[in-house]
Amino acid sequence: MSTLAKTDSSAREMFALSVEGHELTLKAYGAWNLASAKICNETLTTALQPLDYQNVNYDLSGVTEMDTAGAYILARAIRCADDVCYPYTLSGEKFGQKVLMREAAEASMGRLPHQTRQWYDTLVRMGQATESFANETIDTLAFLGRFIIVLMRQLMTPHKIRWKSVVAHIEDVGLNAAPIIMTLSFFVGAVIAYMGANLLASFGAQIYMVELIGISVLREFAVIITAIMLAGRSDSAFTAQIGAMRMRQEIDAMTVIGMDTYETLIIPRALACLVSAPVLTFLAMISGIFGGMLVAWFGITDISPILFFARLQEAIDVDHFWVGLVKAPVFAIIIAVIGCRQGLAVTGSVDSLGSRTTRSVVQAIFAVIAVDAMFAVMFYNMGI
Amino acid sequence: MTENSSIPLMEVRNLKTQFGENVIHENLNFQLHDCEIVGLVGGSGTGKTVLMNTLLGLKEADDGAVYYFGKNRSSMPVAERHTIDNQIGVLFQGGALFSSMTVRQNIMVPLREHTDLPVELMRELADMKIHMVGLPAHAATLYPADLSGGMRKRAGLARALALDPKVLFLDEPTAGLDPIGASAFDQLILDLRDAMKLTVLIITHDLDTLFTTCDRVAVLVDKHIAIADSLPKVLQSDHPWIQEYFGGPRARAALSAGAS
Repeated sequence: MSTLAKTDSSAREMFALSVEGHELTLKAYGAWNLASAKICNETLTTALQPLDYQNVNYDLSGVTEMDTAGAYILARAIRCADDVCYPYTLSGEKFGQKVLMREAAEASMGRLPHQTRQWYDTLVRMGQATESFANETIDTLAFLGRFIIVLMRQLMTPHKIRWKSVVAHIEDVGLNAAPIIMTLSFFVGAVIAYMGANLLASFGAQIYMVELIGISVLREFAVIITAIMLAGRSDSAFTAQIGAMRMRQEIDAMTVIGMDTYETLIIPRALACLVSAPVLTFLAMISGIFGGMLVAWFGITDISPILFFARLQEAIDVDHFWVGLVKAPVFAIIIAVIGCRQGLAVTGSVDSLGSRTTRSVVQAIFAVIAVDAMFAVMFYNMGI
Repeated sequence: MTENSSIPLMEVRNLKTQFGENVIHENLNFQLHDCEIVGLVGGSGTGKTVLMNTLLGLKEADDGAVYYFGKNRSSMPVAERHTIDNQIGVLFQGGALFSSMTVRQNIMVPLREHTDLPVELMRELADMKIHMVGLPAHAATLYPADLSGGMRKRAGLARALALDPKVLFLDEPTAGLDPIGASAFDQLILDLRDAMKLTVLIITHDLDTLFTTCDRVAVLVDKHIAIADSLPKVLQSDHPWIQEYFGGPRARAALSAGAS
């Protein structure tokens, strides 16, 4: 009983072979089971190699125990090619062993799925990756188009929007994310202040720290941190939620009942992002500047809060604030659209849920940063 | 394996299971003997799957014990328990195939884990199991997501059989199969029992399975096994639930079909 996991190394004579004319007689002894499978397989295969015969007589009277593995190995004697077997007869078999031997004889050999061809496979995979990239892009754009149409239709008839769902999502996407986003932004503001302090102090221009912190946090960092946190927190959650619903056929059930997937699942999430992102960005701006101010005050330089805010008001144009804030809704839509689209693209398997969630977060962060770069070029050309 | 016929292969004594205040099983006694096929029936929510999980050790019993080959499962050393576990095959309700692996790889998982066979031989044994459960050869390289419900059950059965278990637990094996597929599955269980000397416990609502396949039928009602006997004797029981279960039009149809 306990030998199941180990090979029975004390294998004595497990079988005897004798050939008469074209007839092989195989007399088997002892236990032919999983435990002895390895040794039986090796010895029998080697012993059969040089023999020449066309049918087999099995004598199983000495077999004490036989399972499918044993039967399969015994049946090696009658295999000459894939799916071709020599005829065989049995004697001395016990109840059930006949069935096992028949099954073993009929079973097809375990063939390898296919040979790997390295160069060919590399090319194939490159081709597939290119194709899937193109398809992903087209599908995302198609999804965006349909999303905008549904969104417009919903905005025309606001009473049809599922406000309860929107509010629930705002709690999750906005309210629950506020502490972590503010903390992160606080630290980023502090880090910028530290980095700037040394550099600016070396030519006696510490006061320009205020501009450094103000402009960088307001224009870029607050909104980028918000967007990246949303992508990591909410975008992945959207994909997982919708993907799990897809796997359990809930989406199909909704469609059959006559609920529009876009209206029930996607629009509320998008609206929640749309509302939350600017608010979160604003909070991130405040805490980022606060972090910078604290460092400016207690850190290397000695800029008091009063001086800091006076300078902030004087030197920093309100445009910087709007530049940061105007990007938030755009990023919100990008995140919601990518998260929901990847969720809907989940198929039946657990693997696809995992890979879609990964893809969703990667695409969302990529898109956010790419669009941010476009904004930078655009604002530069507009002179803002 | 202990070849003592007087000791039941598996025995449950005075089992009690409860979730919080809710008592599911109480004073549940049940035996499973060598080479028999036992059907376990009971209304929805009576805890048939919970009972199976307790037998498998997936859930601890709140009172009472499960004995395998005459030994208490929860008090035996870990190594022995593993040996016992290797002699039990389970087909879960949904098949529970690993979705990231092909059917062949699924069947090879127990072999890889518990034997030191060469991979080539494992692959061949896996393919033999695929053949034995009646799946086409090309199913070996398919993923569970590509299989139909019936094929998934067969693949799950093939994995349960991978280590040539002595005991096989089947949780609703024919649920969701068409009548042809279901009766083919019943026949498969009978054939495998003969070929591999299996002892089988089938949780089922399929009356045809009970009539054609099972040697005994155990009825889980009132929190315990009210009766576990051959079908004619179960039918004579005067328990109202059993009367209702086997007295309905579906049961009568299955009975007359089974008798003919």
